[in-house]
Amino acid sequence: MVDSLAYTPQITLEFEIGEKDFFVAGECASRVKKTLQQLGLKQDVIKRIAIIIYEAAINVAIHATSGKLVVHVEPDAVTIRTEDVGAGIEDIDLAMKEGYSTASYEIREMGFGAGMGLSNIKQCSDDLNIESRVGVGTTLNARVSFKDERRHEGA
Amino acid sequence: MTLKEVQELLEAQVLCGNDDCLERGVRVCFACDLISEMLLYLKPHSLLITSLTNAHVIHAAQVMDAKAVLFVGGRRPDESVIRSGESNKIPLLTTTLLTFDCCGRLYEKGVRGDKQ
Repeated sequence: MVDSLAYTPQITLEFEIGEKDFFVAGECASRVKKTLQQLGLKQDVIKRIAIIIYEAAINVAIHATSGKLVVHVEPDAVTIRTEDVGAGIEDIDLAMKEGYSTASYEIREMGFGAGMGLSNIKQCSDDLNIESRVGVGTTLNARVSFKDERRHEGA
Repeated sequence: MTLKEVQELLEAQVLCGNDDCLERGVRVCFACDLISEMLLYLKPHSLLITSLTNAHVIHAAQVMDAKAVLFVGGRRPDESVIRSGESNKIPLLTTTLLTFDCCGRLYEKGVRGDKQ
């Protein structure tokens, strides 16, 4: 029997995220999750990727004036990239600290802005890189790797 | 216990979810009002209890494979959120009880948090 699940096609998913486009974050996470489920990736891997996408995309919607999310599925990893034009991050180490937040009351009322986003992303990523220039924008690259033997459900 | 039993125990109203959905069993529950906490701690097949009613709750529940969502304090989401619950096959319930009372009643019936 041909093991059709043993091959993950390389695909790229792209989403535009506008300023205060808060709900698109959840939609991106939801849609990527469904796509990765169709590709047969393992549930725990999919969940980590979906959490990274959710938190990274909401950050763009909150802090940037425009941006995009690019999810690239490779044979042994998924990379998640957000690029935005906006305020940028003054102190990345401080921003990574759990509990540190610059979010407004509006964001907090929505159930975000507790300063957990970047630490959630870090926790779910195998590699994480953030580059930012104040007043210009931020680029975030996260990678979730999976070894062949635990790539697919039931593998 | 089933979602139907949860509905009766917590004097809740069903916003979406058919009879089949309400036969789903619930053993684990998680209550919080922060989306990032839901993404961090919500375990698959849990009942999510929250006072947030925006679309993020449905997205978080969908991403984390929650079994159902219960809105407390008489809160009721907009129709668009209810429709989103429906299309994602996530039953939504609402009760006038507050979080503590909901959790207390569920705990008495053997429902637990994930860590126990």
